[in-house]
Amino acid sequence: MSINTEATPYCDDVIRKFTIAAIFWGVVGFLAGDFIAFQLAFPVLNLDLEWTTFGRLRPLHTSAVIFAFGGNVLFCTSLYIVQRTSRASLFGGEGLATATFWGFQSFIVVAALTYVLGFSQGQEYAEPEWWLDLWLTVVWVMYLIVFAGTIMKRKEPHIYVANWFFFAMILTVAMLHLGNNIAVPAAFFGGSWMKSYNIFGGVQNAMTQWWYGHNAVGFFLTAGFLGIMYYFVPKRAERPVYSYRLSIVHFWALIFLYIWAGPHHLHYTALPDWAQTLGMTFSVMLWMPSWGGMINGLMTLSGAWDKLRTDPVMRFLVSSVAFYGMSTFEGPMMSIKAVNSLSHYTDWGIGHVHSGALGWVAFVSFGAIYYLIPKLYGRKEMYSLKLVGTHFWIATIGIVLYITAMWISGIMQGLMWRAYDNLGFLQYSFIETVEAMKPYYVIRAIGGLLFVAGSLVMVYNVFKTIKGDVADEALSPAASGAR
Amino acid sequence: MATIEKDSVTGQSTTGHEWDGIKELNTPLPKWWVYVFWATVVWAIGYWIAMPAWPTVNGYTKGVLGYSSRADLDNELALQKAGRAAWLSKIEAAELDAIEKDKDLLRYAMAGGKIAFGENCGACHGTGGVGVAGAYPTLADDEWIWGGTLADIEQTIKFGIRSTHAETRVSEMPKFGADGLLKPEQIAAVSDYVVSMASRAPAKGSPGEAVYVENCAVCHGEDGSGQAALGAPALNNQIWLFKTAKASAKDMVAAQVNAPKHGSMPAWADRLDPTTIKMLAVYVHNLGGGK
Repeated sequence: MSINTEATPYCDDVIRKFTIAAIFWGVVGFLAGDFIAFQLAFPVLNLDLEWTTFGRLRPLHTSAVIFAFGGNVLFCTSLYIVQRTSRASLFGGEGLATATFWGFQSFIVVAALTYVLGFSQGQEYAEPEWWLDLWLTVVWVMYLIVFAGTIMKRKEPHIYVANWFFFAMILTVAMLHLGNNIAVPAAFFGGSWMKSYNIFGGVQNAMTQWWYGHNAVGFFLTAGFLGIMYYFVPKRAERPVYSYRLSIVHFWALIFLYIWAGPHHLHYTALPDWAQTLGMTFSVMLWMPSWGGMINGLMTLSGAWDKLRTDPVMRFLVSSVAFYGMSTFEGPMMSIKAVNSLSHYTDWGIGHVHSGALGWVAFVSFGAIYYLIPKLYGRKEMYSLKLVGTHFWIATIGIVLYITAMWISGIMQGLMWRAYDNLGFLQYSFIETVEAMKPYYVIRAIGGLLFVAGSLVMVYNVFKTIKGDVADEALSPAASGAR
Repeated sequence: MATIEKDSVTGQSTTGHEWDGIKELNTPLPKWWVYVFWATVVWAIGYWIAMPAWPTVNGYTKGVLGYSSRADLDNELALQKAGRAAWLSKIEAAELDAIEKDKDLLRYAMAGGKIAFGENCGACHGTGGVGVAGAYPTLADDEWIWGGTLADIEQTIKFGIRSTHAETRVSEMPKFGADGLLKPEQIAAVSDYVVSMASRAPAKGSPGEAVYVENCAVCHGEDGSGQAALGAPALNNQIWLFKTAKASAKDMVAAQVNAPKHGSMPAWADRLDPTTIKMLAVYVHNLGGGK
C-alpha cells in the first residue's frame, strides 16, 4: 500500500498516527459503551466474571471514549491546526510529538488493564492510580511543550482563536489532573504500592472530584472541541468566522465561569449550601458564554447554508454545533436546584451527557476526521461521501433513540422516587423503578448499536480512502457541490 | 496580509487577520446574547442576596431568606412523620391479630408493609414475595420453613435466620454423606424415598424408607410434614428451596443429604423500627399463605 502523501512543510506523520488511533479507540469505546448498555438491560451479560462486570467495564467505557478517543482527536486536530495556523512545523519535530503519541497510547492500554483487574482510585473519570497519574503527567507536559513551542515559533502575528481554546484546555487539564490526584501510596501505611489514599477526605474529596469532573467536561470536551470547531467549520464552509469579537468575549467568559460550576454535581448533599449556590448560579451564567461558540459556529455558515444539503461532512460539523447548543442549555437548566432535585441520580443525567458526548464531541470529531483523512493521505476527498451521509443518518437516529429513551426513563425514575401514596408512604420501591426502566434500557442499547454501526461505516470509508480507492458514485449535483 | 475587506454576503468587514485561509468578520456581539447574559448575571446576584452564597473569613453570607437545606429537610421529615403519626401509634399499640381484624388498620399496615417489603425484602424474596428458585423461599404460598403464623413471621423478621443476632433462629442438618453417617447407596435410596414422598406416593417398604425413618424422621416428621420449630422443611410436597431448573429433584435431595446448604437471613430488629416490622409481618402474612 503506497501512501501518497502530499509533501507539506509540516510534521504530519504523527498527525496520521493520532488520527488512526482516534478512530481505533473510538470504535473500542463505543463498543464497550454499548456492551454495558446491554448489560443494564440483560444482567446475564455480566458473565459472572469479576473482570466483565458493569462496575469494571463502565470506567473502561468512559475512559476509552473521553480520554482515548477524545484525547487522540484533540491531539491530532490541535497539532494539525497549530501548525497550519502558525505556519510553523511542530516544536521538537516529529520526535517529541511521536514520544507523546506512544506515551499516551501505552497509558491508555495500561490504565484499561488496571480497571479490568480491579484497580481504581474510585473517582469518576480519574480512576487511574497514582503511578499512572504520574505517567500521564509526563505525557501531558510533553504535549504542552510541543504545542506551546509551536505557538512561540509561529510566523503569524496573531494567535488563532482555535489555539486559545486548545491552550486553555491543555493548561486547565494539567491543573485539574494535578489537583484532583494528590494522593499518597498506601504502601506508606503498610498497604500496597498499587493503591493510594487521596489527600482529601469526605465532602472535600467530593468537592475536589467534581471540580475536576465538571471541568474535564468543560475544558477537555468543551473548550478543546470548540478549538476543533473553530478551524474545521470555517475551512469546510469556506467562509470567514462570524464574529471575532464574540469569539474573544465568549472565550474569556467561558474560561472564567466554567471553573466554578462543579458543585452543581453535589446539590442536596453534605456540601455546604453556599457552595451549592455558587455552583448553580455560575452554571446558569455559563449559558450564554457557551452559546457564543454555537452562534459563531452556526452563523459562519451564512452564505454557505446550501452546503448542509450537499456536503455530509458539513452536516456532521453543523449538527454537532446544534447538539452543543442543546446540551449547553440543558446543562444550566439541570443545575438549577429545583430541576436537579428531580433529575439528579436518574438516567436524565446519562441522557444529557450523551447528547453532549455523541451529538457534540463525537460528531465534531467525525467531521474533523472526514476532513483530515483525505488531506493527510493526499486524496482529493473521502472514498465515498455517500457513506459519510449513511454514517450521519445511522448515527443521528441512534443518538435520538438514546437521548429520548433516557429522558423518558430518567424523568419517570425521578417522579417514581418522589411519589407518595395518600397514606404517606412511598409509592414505589426501588426495584419497581428498575422494572419500569427496562424497556428504555433496551431502546437505549439499540440506539447505541446504531451509533456503533455508523462508526464501522466510517472505518471502512477511511480504510478505502487511505488505500486510494474512489467510489464509483454518480456525481450528482449534491456530491459535486461538496468540493 | 492584514487587509480589511468587506464580506459580500453579510456586508461585514473582516478584521484583517488571516490564518491558513481563515478570515474573521468583525460582527458586533448579538444584542440578544448580551442582554440574556446580563440577565443571568443580575439573577445570580439576586440569588446571592437571597440565599447562602459567599464564604467569608469565619462563615458565609447567610442570605436574607435565611434558607438552610438542612433545616428544610428536617421540616419535611417532621411533616411526613406528623402525617403518619396518628396511624402509626395505633399500629404500635395494637396486637398483630388485632391489626388484621381491624379493616382500616389492616389497610394501613398493608400499604406500609408493601413499601417496606419492596425496599428491604424484595431484593431476595422478589417483588410480591415470589422468591427465587434455588435460592430464596417464596412467601406468597402457604409453605413455611420457620412457621407462617403472625408471631412466627415477626420473629423471623426481627432476629433473622442463622444471622449474627443473639436471638437468631438457627438449626443445622448433619452432613450425612460428607461426615460418613450414611453410605452412598443409602443416600441414593433415601433420596428416592424422599422424592416418592414428595409425589404423595411414599414407596412404603423400600430400603429408603428404613433410612428415612432412622435418620430423617426425627426432624422432618414420619410423614415428611416438617417441623417449623426446627426450621425443618416439609418433604411431602414438591416445593424445594434449593432446586434449580437444571437439577433433578433426586440429585438435589442427594446433594442436601450429603452436605446440606443452609439458608440465612439478616436480623432486621436493629435496622427497622418495631412498627415497621409489625406492618411487614402483617403484609407477609397476607401475601397469600399466612397460617
